[in-house]
Amino acid sequence: MNTTTGGPLEDRETGSGAGLLRVHPDGTASPGSRRFGIVLSVSVVVFLAVALVISPPDSGAGASENAMGEMVRIMYVHVPVANACYLAFFMTALASVMYLWKKTEGWDSLAAASAEVGVVFTALTLATGSIWGKIAWGTWWEWDARLTSTLLMLVVYIGYLALRRAILDPVVRAKRAAIVGLVAFANVPIVHYSVTWWRGLHQEATISRFDPTIDGGKLFALMFGLLLGVALYVWLMIHRFRLQYAEARLESKGLDVALAERRAEAVADRPQAGAPLAAAAQKGTNP
Amino acid sequence: MSAGTPSTLFRDAALVVGKDLRLEWRSRVITSQVLPFAVLVLVLFAFALDPDRRILGEATPGLFWLAVLFSTLLALQRAFAVEAADGVTDALRLSGLDPAGIFLGKAAGIAVHLLALELVLGVGVTFFYGTTPHGPVLLVATCLAATAGLAAVGSLYGVLSAGMRARDTLLPLLLLPVVAPVLIAATQAFAAAYDRSSGEGWRWFGLLVVFALLYLAIGIFAFETLLEES
Repeated sequence: MNTTTGGPLEDRETGSGAGLLRVHPDGTASPGSRRFGIVLSVSVVVFLAVALVISPPDSGAGASENAMGEMVRIMYVHVPVANACYLAFFMTALASVMYLWKKTEGWDSLAAASAEVGVVFTALTLATGSIWGKIAWGTWWEWDARLTSTLLMLVVYIGYLALRRAILDPVVRAKRAAIVGLVAFANVPIVHYSVTWWRGLHQEATISRFDPTIDGGKLFALMFGLLLGVALYVWLMIHRFRLQYAEARLESKGLDVALAERRAEAVADRPQAGAPLAAAAQKGTNP
Repeated sequence: MSAGTPSTLFRDAALVVGKDLRLEWRSRVITSQVLPFAVLVLVLFAFALDPDRRILGEATPGLFWLAVLFSTLLALQRAFAVEAADGVTDALRLSGLDPAGIFLGKAAGIAVHLLALELVLGVGVTFFYGTTPHGPVLLVATCLAATAGLAAVGSLYGVLSAGMRARDTLLPLLLLPVVAPVLIAATQAFAAAYDRSSGEGWRWFGLLVVFALLYLAIGIFAFETLLEES
């Protein structure tokens, strides 16, 4: 995590494009991230084998009617994915604070990249949570406190990404996005408490909750999953951050290119009428 | 912050409120457009939920606050459309007013409009839905705390989406999920007041106060950054 947060600043200070921003000419990969990707792919295969086949089915804590049996396996995906989405939004909030403090483009790119990866993980959290709900409650959706507050969080961050897309000026976008990134994170506990209290009022309709025992093989599968979730987040972030940085550079470069093209057009189209202007423009570009 | 002392902060806030209320007094946009819209929403709820089956009476707290939220969106768009025209934003920035004062002034102006709206809607639900209000202290306290929260978040997000291409469609998407706790808490507090079980209601009132204070604090600190840009 340290390399990810340190990256933007390192690059700002040295201006050499080293470290995290050094990429392969064909894409967002570098030798390091390629090796990381290969290790990650192999780990995912091993993890799936452990989670879906090798680890034992659940026998329940105490009473056997609490047992989830084979259904416990959804937990090995759901919990790590949910963990990664909180990590992603924490990163967005942290990068937003750092942007407001340092005002460097790298922190803004980091906040944007993390929010985007976070939205994907949140959608996966909701999908796997809903599958778990179908098993545990018999319906795809219950107005459960955690499901409801996760849904609201997803909408808040979709709004954050929509705001980023609606502003053209990079500096204005970075400032406004940083404040929304902060507000969105401050909002998470308030939404959580209000929704928990709200659902607490109608607890008469008791929802049966499964209570798996976490030990031995299951604990190993869960820990493996959590570690893999964080690693997957880091790997996605490396690529998304590099892409975001390349986009920002293209954006600023694209403006210069467009200006030069318009000037060249003016010179070519109107050699008579545009002569003074074109001459001035040429004097400006190559003195 | 450009101007430091609390007295200038509140003087600046009072200047901005005065300006907004004078604008409203002369243009009557809130009074002649947003208030009728709010009443129309109450009537539409009656069409959607059969008025003969007592649903309206039971759902009154929720419907009241939904109508308030929808009208808040319109009031906010009005409050910041006023600032977008004729380079008013630049004038405000050049005026030397404390940014925190401008924020508090905008929020207070919106709060005054919202309280007027809530008064009309309160009369509206009593009249149309036949709900008899109970626990006036809790009702008024809830309205004040919820309005402070809505006005604080509203002015923050209003200035955030000001001068933006897709402003009118973006503001509801940004604002509504953030004010969801206000809808929940205010609705529950109203329901507790109507059921005469006000103990539960005061807990929700506490949540509304925390919400309002948090967003007032964020607005005071963030407004300078938002104004100095562009």
